[in-house]
Amino acid sequence: MVISKKPLHFIAALLVAFMPLVSSANPSNDSTAVEAHAVAKTEEASHEGVHAEPKDEKAKIKEFINHHLLDSHSFYFNADEESGKHFGFSLPIILWDNGFQFFSSSKFHNGEEVAEHNGNFYVLHHEKIYKTDASGKLNEEHGHPTNVRPLDFSITKSVLGILLIALLMFLVFTSLAKSYAKNGGIAKGIGRIFEPIVLYVRDDIAIPNIGEKKYKKYMSYLLTIFFFILFLNILGLTPFGFNVTGNFTITASLAILTYLITTFTANKNYWGHIFWMPGVPTPMKFILAPIELLGTIIKPFSLMIRLYANMVAGHVVLMSIIGLMFIFKSWIGSSLSFGLAFALSILEILVAFLQAYIFTMLSALYFGAGNEEHHHEDAHH
Amino acid sequence: MEKLINDFSFGLFIWQVVIFVGLILLLKKFAWKPILDAVNEREEGIKNALLSAENAKKEMQNLKSDNEKLLAEARAERDALMKEAREIKDKMINDAKVEAQATGEKMIEQAKAAITSEKNAAMAELKNQVSSLSLEIAEKVLRDELSNKEAQTKLVEKMLGDAKLN
Repeated sequence: MVISKKPLHFIAALLVAFMPLVSSANPSNDSTAVEAHAVAKTEEASHEGVHAEPKDEKAKIKEFINHHLLDSHSFYFNADEESGKHFGFSLPIILWDNGFQFFSSSKFHNGEEVAEHNGNFYVLHHEKIYKTDASGKLNEEHGHPTNVRPLDFSITKSVLGILLIALLMFLVFTSLAKSYAKNGGIAKGIGRIFEPIVLYVRDDIAIPNIGEKKYKKYMSYLLTIFFFILFLNILGLTPFGFNVTGNFTITASLAILTYLITTFTANKNYWGHIFWMPGVPTPMKFILAPIELLGTIIKPFSLMIRLYANMVAGHVVLMSIIGLMFIFKSWIGSSLSFGLAFALSILEILVAFLQAYIFTMLSALYFGAGNEEHHHEDAHH
Repeated sequence: MEKLINDFSFGLFIWQVVIFVGLILLLKKFAWKPILDAVNEREEGIKNALLSAENAKKEMQNLKSDNEKLLAEARAERDALMKEAREIKDKMINDAKVEAQATGEKMIEQAKAAITSEKNAAMAELKNQVSSLSLEIAEKVLRDELSNKEAQTKLVEKMLGDAKLN
């Protein structure tokens, strides 16, 4: 069957290009009214400190994506809108509020009810726990509740994800380590898949950036961070809906660790280059010092933002395209967005590896900079 | 930025840091160190194996050349020995020859001497015999001659004549 002499993917690209023109024309005329209604309803609902499900499909998807990007206090795969039933399981809530308060997230009923524990009342609002009175009323100011927030050490979905990945990594890599002894120096089992990656991290990330002499003490951190980010990125692509590496807190903690390790293992030469740059006129040294000092903080900051932004963007785009399927509700549009989602998922796997690589690579680069030996003046870049 | 700060969860941060640092330490002890050690050991092993193979090859070559050298030496030695043996043999033959000749000559000499002495002895005996025989003959002749007077006087005269002449 020949439709046209043009290559097939050209036609596909054309179809995709025209898709938004067709799709946006259809539902927009009546959605505004519903949206307004939905907004009114959510405002009304938020006054009561309770969520209301927006009716409009687009707003619902947006809400769903936003909800997904946040950490969650319970683990739900699916929810039935009409009956309000959620399928999944509750996670433990641990609060520091005059001693540890320990209860199950099921008490919140998916953020719809006020949880009472030991005579204190708590409300879950946008995945944050606020202390309230018995009515569960939140005092809002500029759209943010001003109620007291007890320190929240809950085992959230992200913590669960981290724990799972930590456990998985421990099992995989200890089994790899044991297989060497058992098998006469040759890896066997599941861990064997990761042996080339371990070698890659050593030979192409650690040694070229840090140097043959000093790379060893950083290997544990580099390997752990590489596989940790990689596994969590991949976990984020599973339908369980984890978004751990797309969480600002996680990337911040990783970046802070890189910063701390760089700072505490750096040699005299590194600090010399920051506070008293050799080879430039003295007045310039005073100007360069604060810039260089700021640079040391900007480097890990960029690490943090890069990973966070990449993962969030990936999740948002992927979920939006999946959401498009439900907006189109036509077999051409939906199947096209399915194809697009499929292609993007594959791209996201690449991104998962790439971001893990970049984070590890740049960490190694910063460690290497902190450990650079003094060369000739003209060797500096 | 405000959203980021708003999203920051201190509890999650603490959990993450605790779990992650714990994971690094645990993996360092139970995974990374043994894995990297095993890999290093394996790489060293491969390097050593290659090196020793190379060395073995070199050694083989050395051995081969040594063998050849030894063989050549052995051959030379054999040749030398043979030559020496031949020389000794020749010398022995010569010596034997010379000795034999000398002995022969000596024996001939002795024989000659013996022959001469025998001959002398025989000659002497012969002389004795001849003299005694001639004496006997002379005695008999004289007795015959002296049996008549005339003949005696004639003889004495003749003899006297001879003696005068002497």
